Order: sequence, then structure tokens, then C-alpha cells
Amino acid sequence: MILLDKVSIRQGAFRLDDVSLTVPTGRYGVLMGPTGCGKTSLLEAIAGLRPLVGGMIVLGERDVTRLTPGDRGVGYVPQDAALFRTMSVSNHLAFALNLRGERRSAVEQRVRELADWLAIAHLLNRRPHGLSGGEAQRVALGRALSFRPKYLLLDEPLSALDETTRGSIVDLLDALRKAGEVTVLHVTHSRAEAERLADVCFQLNNGTLTCA
Amino acid sequence: MTAAGANGRFYASLGLLGGGYVVLILAMVVADLCYTTPDHWWAALQSHEIQYAIKLTLVSCLMTAVLSLWVAAPLGYLLSRTHFWGRSVLETILDIPIVLPPLVIGLSLLILFQTLPGKWMEETTANRLGFLVAYMAVPILAALFCWPILRTLSRGNKTALYLPAIALVVAVVLRMSGVGTSIAEVVQARYGTRITFQIPAVILAQFSVSCAFAVRTMRVTFDQISPRTEQVALTLGCTRSQAFWLIALPEARRGLVSAGTLAWARALGEFGPILVFAGATRMRTEVLSTTVFLELSVGRLEAAIAVSLLMVVVAVGVLLLMRTFGLRGGIA
Repeated sequence: MILLDKVSIRQGAFRLDDVSLTVPTGRYGVLMGPTGCGKTSLLEAIAGLRPLVGGMIVLGERDVTRLTPGDRGVGYVPQDAALFRTMSVSNHLAFALNLRGERRSAVEQRVRELADWLAIAHLLNRRPHGLSGGEAQRVALGRALSFRPKYLLLDEPLSALDETTRGSIVDLLDALRKAGEVTVLHVTHSRAEAERLADVCFQLNNGTLTCA
Repeated sequence: MTAAGANGRFYASLGLLGGGYVVLILAMVVADLCYTTPDHWWAALQSHEIQYAIKLTLVSCLMTAVLSLWVAAPLGYLLSRTHFWGRSVLETILDIPIVLPPLVIGLSLLILFQTLPGKWMEETTANRLGFLVAYMAVPILAALFCWPILRTLSRGNKTALYLPAIALVVAVVLRMSGVGTSIAEVVQARYGTRITFQIPAVILAQFSVSCAFAVRTMRVTFDQISPRTEQVALTLGCTRSQAFWLIALPEARRGLVSAGTLAWARALGEFGPILVFAGATRMRTEVLSTTVFLELSVGRLEAAIAVSLLMVVVAVGVLLLMRTFGLRGGIA
């Protein structure tokens, strides 16, 4: 479960007050709203990248409000993929596992598993430079899922993709939703994506969050 | 007027303006070349004093570049990624070596080493350098060397806590076994020296100016790298320190090469602070820039020009090497 309880965020003149939402365990939540309404800020707050001025964030049974990003166990895919320019695709998928000191054979197996699922096995030795938008988003998704997080945050991962590529990644996300192993909060502007993927849908408008 | 014609004239005018400067640089080098002969070059290269100056120049510039990067990378990162009270004051302080006349830097260094802390440092390097190396530098290096091994063995992230303990154990072992005393004696005998008017003064004078340029370069480099990748790394389990070492620093490779090259080149051309703080003693603190001054001061214009051209060759060679190999497979 992803639970926000009266969360308040400030950044310069921007403020978001008393926002509450719940995405039940294993469900796929979609968060919609106009540009600049604070969707990305909420996602960053859940990931631990933005401090709260009030409220509480609970993941599962754990209050993570004061935990560091790494201790929250959340996979995060930003809008621009933010791939590591000096690393190969394979290293992206292995990065979080190596940080956790996993055995080399286990890391290799997980990299192969993810590469097959995301259809990026042929890209494993490539660096991000030259990858298409769709390929970059697949790598970012694989990197976020590599350490088997229970929670996944997606910040408009499909906004810069063409129709065909978007369709194939929506299929991947749909498969993820059906597996029900990860609780997802996905920020998007697309009504079609929301209708296809959302178990629960939220609308953020003028600082007010409603269940759509 | 067609668009193609207008574009052509625009680029031609840009080329003309920039080209004038390129021609000026080349003309100076050609004028130097015309004034000297291969015999002058040969004679300059045969001179023991000039050979010593070449060696000291290369070593001191390299050490200055390494020290500058060592300081500039963390400082540039700090200035780029964090906001703290007094940051603008700190930035102004870091610009002082850039705006001050180099001679003033040398004079300030000289005055600094007349103060109590400066005299203490002089006395320490002259009499206790061996002790510091044996019981501080060696244990710290040993701990840093053991750290990755320990990390792999323990599969944990908290191994940094063991660093002081390892350093302490190594220091005690060195002391008990007597190896520390031997290291201290050898280091003291070979490298124990005062600072002012000695080789360390050359490096310190070069470093004082060059590092400011390296810091500025690294600051701009980190400004141009999005912090988003480091944020993602944090969510994947990195600490801030790991995000810096594993993500930010490799992505800043181009900037590191530029900062190192700039510091090196700046150190090569440094003259004023070296003259004041290290002196221009032949076979001791003479670097190529001071050689030109010394040869000119005794009226040997040919030797001065030969050494100047040597500096041009060395500088161009190193810059080309750095740009060719340092950025090979560079990051977009």
C-alpha cells in the first residue's frame, strides 16, 4: 500500500497542502492533473527526494516519512529516464543489485531475466547515447525494477514516445499490473493510459486531490 | 541579396575577426622560430640547468594539476549541488587568485609563511615529514586500499566506519614492528625540506593560482550535469557519497580533463608567484618560465627564445595528448 496522509510540500512559491491518497497493495494507481499542479513533487516526496513540511508517507506497514530514498525500497522512473551516461544497459540493470552486494551469478540471472522481459537483450552492451526514447524508457523501467521493489513510481514515462512505442510499453506496464507484485503510482496526462492501466485513478487540481 | 550569400558573408566576417587573433598567435611563434636556430635549441637542451628546469616544470605542473583536481572536483560539486549560507562569499573568495596580480599571490604566500602557523608548517616539513608519512599517510592509504576489499567481503554499506580503525591498527603495527621508524627515517632523509625557496614552494605557488581555474571549470561542469541521475541513484540504494563517486564524477569526466588541462597549462605559465615565493635559484627552484627570465636577465636572448619555444612545444604536445586521449570515447 502507498499511503499519503495530509502531506504538505513547499518549494519556493509553490505549495501543496494536506494531500491524502491510498493505493492498495498490488494495485495500479494513476495520478492525473494539469501541468504544474504538483504531481511530480508528490512522486518525488514518496521517493524521498523532496522533504515534507507536514504529513506522513506510509509504504506497506512502514512509516517512511523520515527515511532516505535508498531505505524506502521504491523504484522510480523519471520522465526523462535519466540514464547513467557512462554505464552500459547491462550495468544499469545490475546497478542496484551490485550496491546490495548480490552474488555475481544472481545479478547476471536477474539482468538476463529483465532484458528478456523488456526485449532489450540486444542492447545490453550499448550505452544510453543513441538509444531511442522507447529503448531508454525500457532500460529505466528495468533499472527501477531490478532490485524487486514493492513500490514503483512512474513520472510520465510515455509522454515523449510515439504512438507505436507507447503502445508496446503500455503493454509491458499492463503485464506488470496483472502480475500484481508491485504497487504502482503512475503520473500521466493521457486519459487513454489511465483507462487502460488504472485500478485507482486520482485527479490533482488546484491543490485538491480527488478520486476520479 | 540571397540568403546563401548573406550567410556566407556572415561566416566570413566571423572568420575574419577570429582569424586575426589566430594569425597573431602564429606570427609570434614564427617570429620566435625565425630568431633562433637549431644550434641554439641544441645548446639549450644540452644545458644541465635547463634540463633540470624541464624536469622540475613537468613534475611540478603534473603535481599541481593532480592537487587542483583533488580540490576542485569536491568543491565544484559542493558549489553546484548545495545551497548554504555564505555561498556567494565563498565563491568570491575562490575568485581572488584569478583577479589578483600573480606577484601579489607570491608575496601573500611569503608573508603567510612568516606567521606562526606558516612557521610551524615549515618546521614540520623540515623535521617531522618522515614521522607524518609513516604514521599518518601510510596508515590512511592502507585503510583506503583495504576498504573496497572489506566492502566486498562484508557486503555492507557501513564499512566506512572501519576506516579509522584500520588506519589505527596499521599505525600501531608499524610502530611496534619498527618498520614505521625505518620509513620515517628514509622519507625524512630524502624528502624532508623547508617550504619557502624550495621545490614545495614552486608547487604551492602554481597550485594557489591554478586551482582557482580548476574549481571554476568543475563548478560549471557539475552545473551542466542534471542532478536527476544522482537522484535516481539515491532511490536505487546509493548514499550521497556513492552517487558522487559512481554517477556524478564519471559523468564529469570531460570537465575533469578540461580542469586538469587548464590547471596544468596555467601552472606551466606561472612566473610571478614562483619568483617571489620560491626564488629563481638554478638547479633548485628553476622552472622553464624562470629560465626565460634568468636567460634574459643575463642578455642571452637566443637561449631565452629557445626555451620559450620549448615551452610552446611542451604545452602544445601535452594539450594535444590530453584532448586526443583524455576525451577518447568521451561522453556526449
